[in-house]
Amino acid sequence: MTALDTEVAQSVGDIRESYLAQVGRRRLYSGLALLIFVVLMVSGFNIADERNAGGFWEGLHQIGDYPGEVLTEAWQKRADLPGLISEFFPALVETVNIAAVSTIIGAVGGLILSLLGTRGLAKWPRLIPLFRRVSDILRAVPEIVIALVLIFILGGGPVPAMIAIALHTAGALAKMFSEVAENADLKPVQGLASTGATWTQRMMLGVLPQVAPNYVSYTLLRFEINIRASAILGFVGAGGLGYELRNAMAWGPGRFDEAAAIFILLFSTIVFFDQVSSRYRNRLTEGQAQ
Amino acid sequence: MTFLDIQATKTQAEGLFRRKRMFAFGLPALVAVYFTYIFFAFDVPGLVQRANMDNARTLTSDIWSHKVHVTRNNRNGEITYAVEGERKGAYPEGERPSWVSGTDVITVNLGGDTIVRLLPDNRTEVDIPGFGLVAAQAEGRTIATNLPADLPEWINASNRRVAITTPEGRITITGSRTEVFNYFGGWELFWFTLDSRYHGAGLGQILFGAQIDPDRSNISGAVSDFWNNKMWRHKDVAWAIGETILMAFLGTMGAAMIALPLAFLAAKRFTPILLLRAATRRLFDFVRGVDALIWTVVLARAFGPGPLTGALAILITDTGTFGKTFSEALENVDDKQIEGVTSTGAKPLQRYRFGVIPQVMPVLLAQVLYFLESNTRSATIIGAITGGGIGLMLTQAIQTQKDWEEVAYYIILIIIMIMLMDWLSGWLRGKLIGTKDG
Repeated sequence: MTALDTEVAQSVGDIRESYLAQVGRRRLYSGLALLIFVVLMVSGFNIADERNAGGFWEGLHQIGDYPGEVLTEAWQKRADLPGLISEFFPALVETVNIAAVSTIIGAVGGLILSLLGTRGLAKWPRLIPLFRRVSDILRAVPEIVIALVLIFILGGGPVPAMIAIALHTAGALAKMFSEVAENADLKPVQGLASTGATWTQRMMLGVLPQVAPNYVSYTLLRFEINIRASAILGFVGAGGLGYELRNAMAWGPGRFDEAAAIFILLFSTIVFFDQVSSRYRNRLTEGQAQ
Repeated sequence: MTFLDIQATKTQAEGLFRRKRMFAFGLPALVAVYFTYIFFAFDVPGLVQRANMDNARTLTSDIWSHKVHVTRNNRNGEITYAVEGERKGAYPEGERPSWVSGTDVITVNLGGDTIVRLLPDNRTEVDIPGFGLVAAQAEGRTIATNLPADLPEWINASNRRVAITTPEGRITITGSRTEVFNYFGGWELFWFTLDSRYHGAGLGQILFGAQIDPDRSNISGAVSDFWNNKMWRHKDVAWAIGETILMAFLGTMGAAMIALPLAFLAAKRFTPILLLRAATRRLFDFVRGVDALIWTVVLARAFGPGPLTGALAILITDTGTFGKTFSEALENVDDKQIEGVTSTGAKPLQRYRFGVIPQVMPVLLAQVLYFLESNTRSATIIGAITGGGIGLMLTQAIQTQKDWEEVAYYIILIIIMIMLMDWLSGWLRGKLIGTKDG
């Protein structure tokens, strides 16, 4: 008995020792990771600070200056503000239109790419890697790259921005769509195949009804993102609200009331569409859970 | 089942079908109507007319090819040879391309039997197979030629300027200079500029061959000349990519660090005070709604252009996004684990550290790493607006409207950079959270 007791005690001691060693190792690794992270953050900040035109500490107290100037001037001319807002409203419509069209086109493109790139659904299973790489590349190219090149060929205006955002949206949505499609139930597809349905019919009637709520939800999320993107592309010459903002800003003091009006429009548009789409998305995903 | 029941079910089913049919046809019809409106609102017909197909042609040919200029100054007879006609691509004194020969009469062989001869007295002869010999002489500001009045469309001639475009190259003659452009495939001088001793040396020669530059060992000299290549600016490009990644890294991580404590304030479970909770949530909504574009504009006024401004713009916008998702994750934590930790006598801070954080960590990390990748793309775009990183180099290259091979190079680098970040964030997520799907 005593031999067994000592054996048990010894094995408990072993376990304890190995446990503590494990904890110690874990702490060491976590500590090291934290140290590396802190070093990266601090040195990264210093490099960024050094390579910036103005330093962080000199600029910090100036953050409020520009918004302050804009707000004071806008306040002085507050009577004009409603007029300016209605003046820039067409530009806002253009920005939202760019986002909407490119979301629709991008969603259709993403849908096709995702179905062709999902195992089990693809029309040509051998070409799955090709369609995946295509959507990877479309996703990786920032919109501004395509937009700037297209502006060179097509001239300024909403169409280059629309094409650029649509391409990026197709890539981004293809990835999210195919993640959903991978989990789709294949039984309806097989059932349809047994009736002699074509690939398009199998996808439209067998897969789409299953994944539609998720797809619509992702598309709405993308629409929110695309409104922001379309405003940014306007800033580099693609028309819409961003373009007006750049013009108003380039003018400087004296037209700050215009800048303020554009800020207000952009802010309220983004918040409005965020709220609407998030409410609708919640309904879609909750409806599915029930 | 009675007849009436069946009738009722049938009407119901028919109604359902009608609604579905309406939806199935109505939605595409609505989209079609919208697209028609867009077609005219965006002025697509006008765009087709305005589109500059010449630009498209220059762009596509310039991306994969380059040209070497042979230029004779018709005022003093001096002849220069330069890649893309740029000073930094000029041939050093006394050197010239191998397809140029002669001393008094300079013969430029464009290939395919197309030969240009630069003769004394500002005379130029162009021998085009299948067309004949074109002779031109520049006198003062006018050009005298032997060209007939009826010209093919690839020759454009007036008494001020003659431009000939052949499949092998292009020749333009004006009173002040005669230029011959010879086209070649590939990116010119990508490794070494013409003033480097390593230009034209192969990889084997640099690695194993005799010492080329007496002052430097082959490898260090070649690396230094490549790194300082004036044409392609490899050093600046590497720095720019570093800046872009730095913006994304600083912005994302900084935002996560600021958003985490604030998220506790926005979560119902941890902040019973409604006012504080609502205030934090509105703050998140505000910084998110203002959007990176406006933050960039505002911050660039305070900090000037550069990577720090971009990093701060990403930081502020993403604090809002992270705050929102983090607080949602915090709402959904399991009470049992917190109770367990409390039962051991843990203080509030320890309860958060050991009861809450381990539960939300996977969600948080997945979110942060996903944003790290997506912010690399945002940093490229923000860089183009505020002036920093690869985004700035790209916009500058596009604005010159002639260095399309550099534009293509930057685009490829950007795609590789973003794909690498995508891979890295996926790998880190797998390492830190365990599962690949997070």
